[in-house]
Amino acid sequence: MPDELNKSEYNIPPEMEGTVAITTLDRIYNWGRRYSVWPMFFGLACCAIEMIATAGARFDMARFGMEIMRPSPRQCDLMIVSGTVTKKMVPQVVRLYNQMPEPKYVLSMGACASGGGPFKRGYNVIAGIDKYLPVDVYVPGCPPTPQALLFGLMKIQEKIDKESISEVRWYSDEPDEGIPVPILGPDLIDLRDFPALMKKEQEKGNLA
Amino acid sequence: MNDQTTAINKINQAIIKRFPDWVQIDEREGYEGLVVETAQLIPFMEALQDEFGYDSLTSVTGVDYLPEDKMEVVYHIYKSTGGSILVLKVQVPRSNPVVPSLVSLFPGAAFQEREAWDLLGIRFEGHPNLKRILMWEGFAGHPLRKDWREAFYEGEFKPYEDRWPEGKVSKVETSNPYQENIRYPEGFNPETWIPDTEELLLQGTASIKTETDDMGLETEQLVVNLGPQHPSTHGVFRMVAKLEGETVVDLEPVMGYLHRNHEKIGERNTYSMNMPYTDRLDYFCSMSNNFGYALAVEKLLGEKYQPPERAQYIRVIMAELTRILNHFMAIGFFLNDLGAYFTPALYAIKERELILDIFEAVAGSRMMCNYFRFGGVVRDLPDGMEEHIRKMVYERLPRQVDEMDRYLVENEIVVGRSQGVGVLTPEQAIAYSAVGPVLRASGVPYDIRRADPYSIYDRFEFDVAVRYHGDVYDRFLIRYDEIRQSIRILQQAIDTLPEGEILANKPAYKFRMPKGESYGRVEGPKGELGFYIVSDGTDNPWRYHVRAPSFINLTGLREMSLGEKVADLVAILGSIDIVLGEVDR
Repeated sequence: MPDELNKSEYNIPPEMEGTVAITTLDRIYNWGRRYSVWPMFFGLACCAIEMIATAGARFDMARFGMEIMRPSPRQCDLMIVSGTVTKKMVPQVVRLYNQMPEPKYVLSMGACASGGGPFKRGYNVIAGIDKYLPVDVYVPGCPPTPQALLFGLMKIQEKIDKESISEVRWYSDEPDEGIPVPILGPDLIDLRDFPALMKKEQEKGNLA
Repeated sequence: MNDQTTAINKINQAIIKRFPDWVQIDEREGYEGLVVETAQLIPFMEALQDEFGYDSLTSVTGVDYLPEDKMEVVYHIYKSTGGSILVLKVQVPRSNPVVPSLVSLFPGAAFQEREAWDLLGIRFEGHPNLKRILMWEGFAGHPLRKDWREAFYEGEFKPYEDRWPEGKVSKVETSNPYQENIRYPEGFNPETWIPDTEELLLQGTASIKTETDDMGLETEQLVVNLGPQHPSTHGVFRMVAKLEGETVVDLEPVMGYLHRNHEKIGERNTYSMNMPYTDRLDYFCSMSNNFGYALAVEKLLGEKYQPPERAQYIRVIMAELTRILNHFMAIGFFLNDLGAYFTPALYAIKERELILDIFEAVAGSRMMCNYFRFGGVVRDLPDGMEEHIRKMVYERLPRQVDEMDRYLVENEIVVGRSQGVGVLTPEQAIAYSAVGPVLRASGVPYDIRRADPYSIYDRFEFDVAVRYHGDVYDRFLIRYDEIRQSIRILQQAIDTLPEGEILANKPAYKFRMPKGESYGRVEGPKGELGFYIVSDGTDNPWRYHVRAPSFINLTGLREMSLGEKVADLVAILGSIDIVLGEVDR
């Protein structure tokens, strides 16, 4: 048994050391989860290549128990948004996030996913995926080096460590509504801003 | 240089002599090529193809000349036997830009004409499937028109005004939260708005048939969607295939999921600001993207900005290392697609990392090198780098390519899955404007480094790799051939690398750009990468267009896939080797 599980206030008899651990439910729950985060095999742009390089032999994501990347959102609990999110793609990204089972985390990799990056002024680019999804960790860089991505993944692990089974949202009674999938209209329409936007357009007399 | 100009003039004169009423020389300052009568475009192109042998229409794009109130469609066409490019133009009024479509003569124009319609609103009469390609159906406006404004419009040209006036941050998003520039179409009603439907998407494919066979069994055709989130599409590409049993009877590629507005941003940027953006086109090969852009701008700038010898050699070394890197990754990912899940790719990544180390040492960044400058490269090779590269190209890389060869080439499954699949005949390859390894694997030995040499490629001894079957297996093998040829070039280049300057001029932020147009093309790892630039004499390009090889190679995807099994689709796509950053730009 690794020492990180043991709570120091309990003395374990010497003959049972290494075979028995006395710990809290939270700690063993998080310990199990932190080493088996399954990222989604989901590349958007340039950053995806560095993500694959991180899975390669030199940087070796497997050291963190994260080398199993699944293309299906149903089998994943970490979405690495690796690259520029365009308006045409964002409905799919939101849908994928909604399809992921809890517990789920979002890591925004690179400048584009975090805030639009060099393409922020483009007409087809979302200035940051956090306008739609709740992001847990931002990794800066264009693209971030594999070391930076690994650091981001370690931050996810730290976040997992601090969670408590009694407070996590996936065991709460509140139903999970998911995030409304934006619509591709004359421009991208975010359904949450929709009433305000339409009111504005009506005032201008643009709508029938 | 002058020989080339006289050769082009000779051809132009010959064409004008043959068609005195249809064409005239483009006489604007700094422009080249011929202006063709719109009404005579199709017979002219037909004659050009038959009588002059110009068979490969490489680039079709539009330019919006707002002050002159006209639209121009620019065609770049060459002979697949070699020689320089012929530039043709068609001018139409801006209020009603209609141009005859060339798809019947050159099927390779199909996607490019759709792109011109999507982004510039030029209508191509007679196009079989003229709909938006990068944006979605229903998007308001044509973004590359000069009077179109983005939702968060900030100014016509960069550099923009201070974003921190008096220490306070000002953002367009906060001053313009409702995106005033979005123009909703006449009578837009949010309640009845129907977003881009699947039916609309499948309009290009024939309707789904239900058949009853002799036994009285009903069989129905099936539509299968791959992507945009699919592990084998190399990014966010989408294919909609119609199947009869397991056989593909129709296929519609859908793209634009990574359309990052490269060209619009490029036209707002200054010339040197665009260099780092070109890194992000084909993000495996930032060095060769830099190369193409630098060539195009240097052509505009003139003789004074010809890079010094040492810079030329460094450029070639970097471009060829990029080619090796790209082809290793192409092989690795292709095997991924065949089902050898990640082991060959890991071998490829190993070599990639070593080449990236060189890039990081010379340019400071692993992937986005931003290394080339107009008139040279940004900095010299660091100490010991020459020796390091020499060791790589004499010892490591030849050994590794042989190792990959030994592991993969004669593998029974690879051969079984790929031989005879996805055949593209030489005639089809030329017609579909295929370039690079796809074209050469079909038996057309066209390589710009030989056919229309740029930089110092005429000094090196190498063979143009060519394979003759045009199937997936040959497209796989030709990448080995090209790696070997690149190693040959690298060995010669590193042995003859001269000492000296690396930049022809002082490092500058702005350049005095003469008026005119230029088209610079390089043989990138994926094929002909071209940059078409129109300068109006200001600091920012008036038009900036990228002729992306993987985008245009995809035009032939449907032709390659028809009649194949659905499982082979992935292999065929993998063998074209696309990168979505370049497809969608």
